[in-house]
Amino acid sequence: MVGYTEALTDPSYNGQILTLTYPLVGNYGVPDPTVTDEDGISKFFESDKMQIRGLVVHELSLTASHWNLAMTLDEWMHNEKVPGISGVDTRAITKKLRSSGVMMAALVVSDEEIDVEKVKKELAESPHYNSEQFMDSVSTKTEKIYGDDKEIVVVIDTGAKNAIVRNVRELGYKAIVVPWNTSYEKIMSYNPKGVVLSSGPGDPQKCPATIDTAKQLISNNVPTLGICLGAQIIGIAGNTETYKLKYGHRGQNKPCVNLETNQVYVTSQNHGYGIKPESLEKSEFNLWFTNADDKTVEGIRHKTKNCIAVQFHPEAAPGPFDCKYVFEELKKLMEK
Amino acid sequence: MPKNESLKKILVLGSGAIKIGEAGEFDYSGSQCLKAIHEDGIKSVLINPNIATIQTDTRFADQVYLLPVNPKYVESIIEKERPDGIMLAYGGQTALNCGVKLEEAEVLKKYDVSVLGTQVQGIKNTEDRQLFKDQMKEAGVPVLKSKTVTNFDDAKKVAEELAYPVIIRVAYTLGGRGGGIAHNEIELHEIVERGLKASLVGQVLIEEYIGHWKQIEYEVMQDYDGNNVIVCNMENVLSMKVHTGDNIVVAPSQTIDNHEYHMLRSAALRATKHVGIVGECNIQYALDADSDRYVAIEINPRLSRSSALASKATGYPLAYMSAKIGLGYNLSELVNRITKSTTACFEPSLDYVVCKHPRWDFSKFELVNRKLGVTMKSVGEVMAVGRTFEESLQKAIRMLDIGNDGLVLNRANGKKYTEEEIENKLSHHDDQILYNVAIALKMGISVDRIYKLSAIDPWFIGKIQNIVNTESHLKESELDESMMWEAKKMGFSDKQIARVKEKTPDEVREIRKKLGVIPAVKQIDTLAAEWPAVTNYLYLTYGGYSNDIDVSPDEKGTVVVGAGPYRIGSSVEFDWGTVNMVWGLQENGEKNVSVVNCNPETVSTDYDICTRLYFEELTQERILDITEFENPKGIITCVGGQTANNLTPGLAERGINILGTSAIDVDRAEDRSKFSAELDKLHIQQPKWQAFSNLNEAKNFAQEVGFPVIVRPSYVLSGAAMKVVWSQDELKTYVKEATDVSPDHPVVISKFMLNSLEVDVDGISNGKEVVIGAIVEHIDSAGVHSGDAMMCIPPWRLNNKIIETINDYTKKIALTFNVKGPFNLQFLIHDDHVYVIELNIRASRSMPFVSKLVKTNLISLASKAILDKPLPKIPENKWQKIHNYGIKVPQFSFMQLDGADIALGVEMQSTGEAACFGDSFYDALSKGLTSVGYNLPDKGTALVTVGGATNKEKLLPTIAKLKHLGFKILATEHTAEFFEEKVGDVEIVHKISEPERKPNISDLLYEKKIDFIINIPSTLSLEKYVGMLDDEYQIRRKALELGIPVLTTIELADSFVKTLEWLQHNETTKNPIEPYDVVE
Repeated sequence: MVGYTEALTDPSYNGQILTLTYPLVGNYGVPDPTVTDEDGISKFFESDKMQIRGLVVHELSLTASHWNLAMTLDEWMHNEKVPGISGVDTRAITKKLRSSGVMMAALVVSDEEIDVEKVKKELAESPHYNSEQFMDSVSTKTEKIYGDDKEIVVVIDTGAKNAIVRNVRELGYKAIVVPWNTSYEKIMSYNPKGVVLSSGPGDPQKCPATIDTAKQLISNNVPTLGICLGAQIIGIAGNTETYKLKYGHRGQNKPCVNLETNQVYVTSQNHGYGIKPESLEKSEFNLWFTNADDKTVEGIRHKTKNCIAVQFHPEAAPGPFDCKYVFEELKKLMEK
Repeated sequence: MPKNESLKKILVLGSGAIKIGEAGEFDYSGSQCLKAIHEDGIKSVLINPNIATIQTDTRFADQVYLLPVNPKYVESIIEKERPDGIMLAYGGQTALNCGVKLEEAEVLKKYDVSVLGTQVQGIKNTEDRQLFKDQMKEAGVPVLKSKTVTNFDDAKKVAEELAYPVIIRVAYTLGGRGGGIAHNEIELHEIVERGLKASLVGQVLIEEYIGHWKQIEYEVMQDYDGNNVIVCNMENVLSMKVHTGDNIVVAPSQTIDNHEYHMLRSAALRATKHVGIVGECNIQYALDADSDRYVAIEINPRLSRSSALASKATGYPLAYMSAKIGLGYNLSELVNRITKSTTACFEPSLDYVVCKHPRWDFSKFELVNRKLGVTMKSVGEVMAVGRTFEESLQKAIRMLDIGNDGLVLNRANGKKYTEEEIENKLSHHDDQILYNVAIALKMGISVDRIYKLSAIDPWFIGKIQNIVNTESHLKESELDESMMWEAKKMGFSDKQIARVKEKTPDEVREIRKKLGVIPAVKQIDTLAAEWPAVTNYLYLTYGGYSNDIDVSPDEKGTVVVGAGPYRIGSSVEFDWGTVNMVWGLQENGEKNVSVVNCNPETVSTDYDICTRLYFEELTQERILDITEFENPKGIITCVGGQTANNLTPGLAERGINILGTSAIDVDRAEDRSKFSAELDKLHIQQPKWQAFSNLNEAKNFAQEVGFPVIVRPSYVLSGAAMKVVWSQDELKTYVKEATDVSPDHPVVISKFMLNSLEVDVDGISNGKEVVIGAIVEHIDSAGVHSGDAMMCIPPWRLNNKIIETINDYTKKIALTFNVKGPFNLQFLIHDDHVYVIELNIRASRSMPFVSKLVKTNLISLASKAILDKPLPKIPENKWQKIHNYGIKVPQFSFMQLDGADIALGVEMQSTGEAACFGDSFYDALSKGLTSVGYNLPDKGTALVTVGGATNKEKLLPTIAKLKHLGFKILATEHTAEFFEEKVGDVEIVHKISEPERKPNISDLLYEKKIDFIINIPSTLSLEKYVGMLDDEYQIRRKALELGIPVLTTIELADSFVKTLEWLQHNETTKNPIEPYDVVE
């Protein structure tokens, strides 16, 4: 019901047709994309463009009302040239997705009769989502520097949300965002206090360069936090295995238990892959967070090194702020 | 943390009789709490005098005490039962306040009873205004600028500092009772004085006014370990201007963005953690519409009306989970009741929009101010579920059962206003506000202008614009498939479409079905279809094309129609009937029993009760949709009060099998002429009556039998719109009104017999046998509406011969009308003659009372009757052999209703009732009176003002007794003169309208020098209806506002004084009620 601005600009949704379960979308419009904070980071958006390839909603609200709006969702999608469809029984689609899993789809709108067979054929011939290489389109090409604090945290951008950078800044560090395939040596040349491996789209195995970097970060005991895709990359680097979930975890209401404190937190999630629970045993990690519903791996902590990773999004945007303290955990590692 | 194993027995406090601000929602939360306790094998004890509830059946609780929820009575039960723990959060403000007092008096400590859930300090942290502010500041949650004061002078200073207007809030009250907005010093004085009186602790809060801000609420769950989640958030359409209880509320919020949603969410978690909530609470915010500035307004540290709504809106049973937390479980150990596999420690996501709409009953009260503001005035509410806001809103309006078919295209459509008038109406909300927004849009007033005047967010106005636009599309377009879909998605009913297309609703239905435009059946599953859910909790919508469930064609279940919103005259007793019918059917072998209802404050809409729950409109159109989907063997309309009953003929005509008494027999009872003819055949007398369609004939008849007369439309089911008329002029007005209500049927006028007794009989028949539940005598004389009258079982003024006659008549009538199920007969006893007033072939208001006292569950019997099973052998006069007296006492909510007069008449005004049992009449009565808020003093001062010589004469023994008991008697001049002569030593006091004459009633009231007032208006009362005696009204109203009991009938005054006498020598009994006898 809230958070479409954030979700639609989240690089993790790159290349996807997104169906929203809440039936009324666009109520509060879309804020001004050009507004930035003092570091020059977009204030309301998670990246510099709309990442999704299409949007499916039950009702698009043409009436939008909010003190902070600059345009309607319809206008924004028009500007970004991203198609969408409304008037759809999104609950029926959700049920299909939950039983058959995430699938390839086509959006077709026409005044004429639609030739479904033809569309199906075209769809079958299109490149499959799983085979796509996203890093070229979601990762930064050059390093970006935010803030002028003395101490530095490097963010490896595998499709990072702005909120990750904002949170690093809030901890009191200069943030340097680097391309996904930046080498360990290059990263260490900034002399960072710590490194964040960001979230992002797709299969972690498609990021071998980042996995290599992660291995060296771990072995050299550089304080490191992995988020979502970043967590899977760290997991692989530390000898766990990953797998594709049937239809992933997507939403702002996912309960996770911190096993160190036995406290339950509501988290924001958006991932299609995860770390295999049974692969943890022989790995370098202890289970840190677990999903309260399906007991999947939601967070790991290295047994000996200064390395932590969470499958959920502690940076929120969209979603609850309950786990912002994960960034504080990174800070503790960096100040150790 | 698992369950606390030291708990063996737990005391639960109920909320007492239904009043504005404390309604049936607490039957739902209390029942859920008891269920949660019971499941864990712990004994439960309930104290609640609200006899019409499910929780006071002995199904969920091990012991039930029908006793007042006050410290004195609760302590005596603690002493007797010795519970280990006490639950304070399930009985509204009544239970909470009682708990605080018990703690302060160290009663809980004395008996070693631990408070389960939020501790008393936590309660105080939220309820004490100053403490709350301090706590919020510590938690980093902003609050409004305000100051607590204990007297008017300080209030004035603070108001001047903050600048008018200011809002006055009262500490420790329910439904915002006694608060208000003051625009100037005069208003401030009035509200502050009233508020100080209403407050338990004599303090009020003066606060800056932020009426145009958004009003957003969150429901929070937290366990002993500090795990917490938000279960639901809600937005009030009418901003901060209107109390949330009177607001139109949507869930989830619609106009706030991700940043605001989570900012408020985080603040809610911080705040509840800081004040120490364990279990459920509600936090309310004001959010600026022009920035992200917000303030926390209040926290309710208990289950509430909002939490009941949130439970139904999300499918997450807050009260049940909260009780489990109270028992020691933590959130992650509890399981989502809908998926049965995922944890309860999560936040539901909704894929529909819920709209709650209040039901007001202003028309029942003369002189009442219909404006909406910070004091809650509504008596009930409905909840609609849809996939667009427009659909939900128009569904909600139909659910209210106020004769409207939606926001537009109603029967009485198109009030005309000038621009100035409508603008005034937009800035001063009353119960018509959304209709007025639609009117303004049609007049071409801009969305922005409407927003500026009304503070309704432009998004909602835009949605109303969509409804208005669809109305004009309907006018302009062909009724083709796309038009039909548009109209249905915008929530238009077949009736609305029929009206614009000049067709019948049946024709529209037929066209629609041919076009394939039919609603989809969707589940409410707490997680927006993300996980498979085996839930039977359903709604219908046009925002979808496929059903979530299938019903097998050979299921052949039954559908029970519930009672819709609580209102005056149809309250929790019909929910009790609905739920007991479901259980009765199940116990008699029915496997598939579905329920249709739309009132979130009920137990019947708990999805655990039935096979399938349709949270839906109780309209003919929707019931047909459901029966077409369900294909049941029949439906039951006799337990849902007048809403359900009114559906009977229409459904029967359309081929739906009505289980129970046939529609034809119901018609024979409702049609005055047919009914009368049957009575004549049986040689049973009835008061003289005649039907009229012509005013002159009516006037002549009234002249002939003599005023007063009872006038009613001849065919409105269930005795609605009945009125006692005292003059020709009144008759003229009424006949006109009645013709509006029911144009096809003439008006019936019958003689109103003064000085008679009224008697109710509740019974069950299966067409062959008749079981009489009990004969119930009204303590008040006939003319006081049966819903407002005190009632007694067994009757105490009827001789055996009359009782025999009543028994005989009842059986004859029930068999003549082929009653199959519950029925209620009303008799009038005049000069030892028995007259029949009316027959209602349905469950009645008094059935829970009769059932519990006589230990025979009448609705269980009714379910057998409906299924054509033989009735069990109940001893002929079982009700006469019970050793107990039972007295039912009405509860009024006049305090909430600015200006309402408390003198009783034929229009029902009470909002609820309590009933207590005892060894003697006065034993039961004293507990009953205490239960509905009367203070029963053992000494003090009474003010007596009586109109008319007859009344004075009748009251003489009462006043003499009062004198004898040692009470000081004050009286106005004429009354004083009379009683001075007869009993001596009566002090003269002067009328409020003569403030210069001292001693004056007004001063004495304010100085609390009067303990109670006996104020009998002349006759009953010619003046009230012809033109009110303003002075008496002033006394009643002031006394009410100051919390001083006023006794307005001779019978009540007499009983009250005799009760005081009894109490001087006796102690009340405190026995639990006995369970229903098991019958086969």
